[in-house]
Amino acid sequence: MTQNPYSLGWLPINISTHGADIDRLIFVVHIFMLALFVGWGVYLIYCLINFRERAGHESDLHVKHFKLPTYIEGAILLIEVCLLVFVSSPIWGRVKNEFPPEKDALVVRVVAEQFAWNIHYPGKDGKFGKTTSEKMDGTNPVGIDRDDPDAKDDIITINQFHIPVNKPVIVRLVSKDVIHDFSIPVMRVKQDIIPGIEIPIHFEANQTGEFEIACAQLCGLGHYRMRGSFVVETPEAFAAWMADQEKEQLGGGDATAAQPAEGSQPAAANAQAPAAADTAKPTDGQTAPADAGAKKEGNQP
Amino acid sequence: MSHDSHGHGGHGHGNPLADAMEHYSHLSFWRKYVFSTDHKVIGIQYAVTAMCFLLVGFGLMLLMRWQLAFPGEPLPVIGKLLGEALFPGGVMSPEMYNQLGAMHGTIMIFMGVVPLSVGGFGNYLLPIQVGAHDMAFPKLNMMSYWVYFCGGIVMMLSFLMPGGAAASGWTSYPPLSVIASNAQSWWLVGMVFLITSSLLGSVNTIVTAIQLRVKGLNFFRFPVLVWAQLITAFLLLLAFPPLEAAGVLQLMDRVAGTSFFLPSGLVVSGEQLHVSGGGNPLLWQHLFWFLAHPEVYVLILPAVGIVAEILCTNTRKPLYGYKTLVYSMIFLGFTSFIVWAHHMFMTGMGTTLSSFFQATTMIISIPSVIILTTFLLTLYGASIRYTVPMLFAVAFLPMFAIGGLTGLPLGLTASDIALHDTYYVIGHFHYVVAPGTLFALMAGVYHWYPKVTGRMFNQTLGKIHFWGSIIAINGIFMPMFFMGLAGVSRRLYDQTTYAHGKVAQPLNVVMSYAAWSLAIMQLPFLYNLIVSLWKGEKVAAENPWGGTTLEWATPTPPPHVNFPATPEVFREPYQYNSARQIMPQFSKEN
Repeated sequence: MTQNPYSLGWLPINISTHGADIDRLIFVVHIFMLALFVGWGVYLIYCLINFRERAGHESDLHVKHFKLPTYIEGAILLIEVCLLVFVSSPIWGRVKNEFPPEKDALVVRVVAEQFAWNIHYPGKDGKFGKTTSEKMDGTNPVGIDRDDPDAKDDIITINQFHIPVNKPVIVRLVSKDVIHDFSIPVMRVKQDIIPGIEIPIHFEANQTGEFEIACAQLCGLGHYRMRGSFVVETPEAFAAWMADQEKEQLGGGDATAAQPAEGSQPAAANAQAPAAADTAKPTDGQTAPADAGAKKEGNQP
Repeated sequence: MSHDSHGHGGHGHGNPLADAMEHYSHLSFWRKYVFSTDHKVIGIQYAVTAMCFLLVGFGLMLLMRWQLAFPGEPLPVIGKLLGEALFPGGVMSPEMYNQLGAMHGTIMIFMGVVPLSVGGFGNYLLPIQVGAHDMAFPKLNMMSYWVYFCGGIVMMLSFLMPGGAAASGWTSYPPLSVIASNAQSWWLVGMVFLITSSLLGSVNTIVTAIQLRVKGLNFFRFPVLVWAQLITAFLLLLAFPPLEAAGVLQLMDRVAGTSFFLPSGLVVSGEQLHVSGGGNPLLWQHLFWFLAHPEVYVLILPAVGIVAEILCTNTRKPLYGYKTLVYSMIFLGFTSFIVWAHHMFMTGMGTTLSSFFQATTMIISIPSVIILTTFLLTLYGASIRYTVPMLFAVAFLPMFAIGGLTGLPLGLTASDIALHDTYYVIGHFHYVVAPGTLFALMAGVYHWYPKVTGRMFNQTLGKIHFWGSIIAINGIFMPMFFMGLAGVSRRLYDQTTYAHGKVAQPLNVVMSYAAWSLAIMQLPFLYNLIVSLWKGEKVAAENPWGGTTLEWATPTPPPHVNFPATPEVFREPYQYNSARQIMPQFSKEN
């Protein structure tokens, strides 16, 4: 694990290919901020001491016109424009626009709901089966139509997001109910999920390990425990995991009986009504279905 | 510029001002002190009500701070008193946490800071500073206060709803807010009241500042506070109606089955949501932030005005770059209407739109820097008198600087990816509003206290209040930046659910102790304000601080029509003669 020189001591480790650019920008901006603040601060303290009211000191009423502040303001604007045009915008453009070709990438759908992440893999054929909101219920969180030929080999997990390392990943984000935010701090990935809109994002991990998906947008009483497990593994380990899932979900060729891998209860059963069982032990995730999958995972290093 | 609103011109029986005062003195207690049309009484009503709400909003946060520092542990003593429904076993429930969070934001912004700075200071000071005898529309002014009061009551009562108050954040993003409990409807109704009140007030401010200026007071002789209030009033007038409309639309979505903000095919808790659909949740965000970004400047501009007045009084020299400051504030006000979508960078915005809003966001930082610079340069060559209000006003400068600077990495989309919706954002805007605006407002309370009450506050208590507050408040908000960098999302009931949250959890304990200390440090403030009303040294002088603006020409405290005789303005504010004596705006001598 390489040391991140731009972490400012607090940023989480970065395991994405694009994250280093973001970290560097954050670092540079903070140096710029610190320089301005220290400059102003030193001047302020000087004024506060030197120009305090005391015997023998009088205010200077001669109207002065300082040139320097104008230059400083100009310089601030120039630096900001440079950061914007040459650093921030190019990074943003790469992150938002330059999608890898789908044939080279792992394409996944993430269906967010109160308070769980449903991960929908297209399976061997690389095609997502048809999904409709009419079919969404407790046992079918993404509303997949298993009669659709493309859906026969689709894999659906709850709060278990595995990806292979060093391979581009495209995630299509949708939400069933309210606005969520798909945030993976170590990947420097953050994207609001707006109901009614499918939003694609892409990223690539360059280190293996077990991490977490966090919800970054207030989505209800279980917002704080809408935690998903995010596992980056070697292509071999990923293939083995996928084979396990296939056996579990599609085993015996009976696709209609397919069940999501983890936490088959409806994760959102208590979206509105205060659920007694849920609130009795707020910090104990055991009773929270959304945690069922995540609980198995160890914490990140 | 005449003042017919109070005069009975043409009757020829003595001085109309004296008549008005005479008439006023015969009014009943209710008309004089409760349903008064006197802008000063209304200003005090606004200020006192707003300060009560500030305490309530702060109190909610003190409760939340327990859960944040010690997640899952029962609140000592009060936990048991608050009821099993929302505090099972004395432990705050997640629902309760979300309610407290949403109401903290709502109360602080819409019921605390804005009514204090605009309703309180604006109402009390603006008419006097332009030499008017009252607001242009005194009855509208009274109505504005009572509509605000009703809005506050509606908001407070929503805590008594089954299931508690609104819990969808102060931003109330649909669909969450639309499928939320009934209290959200109360929240929306309360907001409609509060917005209406602000609109009534803003019209009054604009007309008063422009139409009721006394002879000699041209625009570039306005005290900075008048400019600040005038620009703020325009922001309120232009930005609030979209939110009022949006609030009504959301209410319709909740009660009338419309779907302005709901798309088709929503499935909530495994059940199809039977709504007409076809709406868009992002529409709300655009309407909301179209208000709520200018709102930031509604929060900050009156504070800038107050700080300018206090700096100029206590540095004993003219303001550096008066016109630059005024133009910057106008520019800031205008630009604040075209930056709103920087709150929405993570909603799936493409490069074109985000480039525009990034650029405007960078541009708006410049007038803020200029404002700060003029204040800093005003200190140069001064003879600074460290009164209690001056301490708060000076502290405003570095605090506002931190708040402004930390907006930079949030305004650049790329760095915003890491920092958006984390504690970094919370730290950023609290630095602007809490040690920024609230410190300025406290400075203002101290500065005009002798004028308003005729009594002087206790200096020692004031200094204890200042030093205790400045240390404690930084202890709350500084750690938030580190927590945000660590990636901890905001609005988490218990961040230790996450590994990266656990790492930063010790910071939460620090912040909580700092927050409770800050609460204790407000006790000398409250004691000082209340007890000094009786015990404070009497202030007989009209101008105890040596101010140059018109409020210091009035008797202390100002009588009903403010000025026994209509004043006249002879010069710019903040002027001194060669002997370093003040040359007030209202004084003819040179």
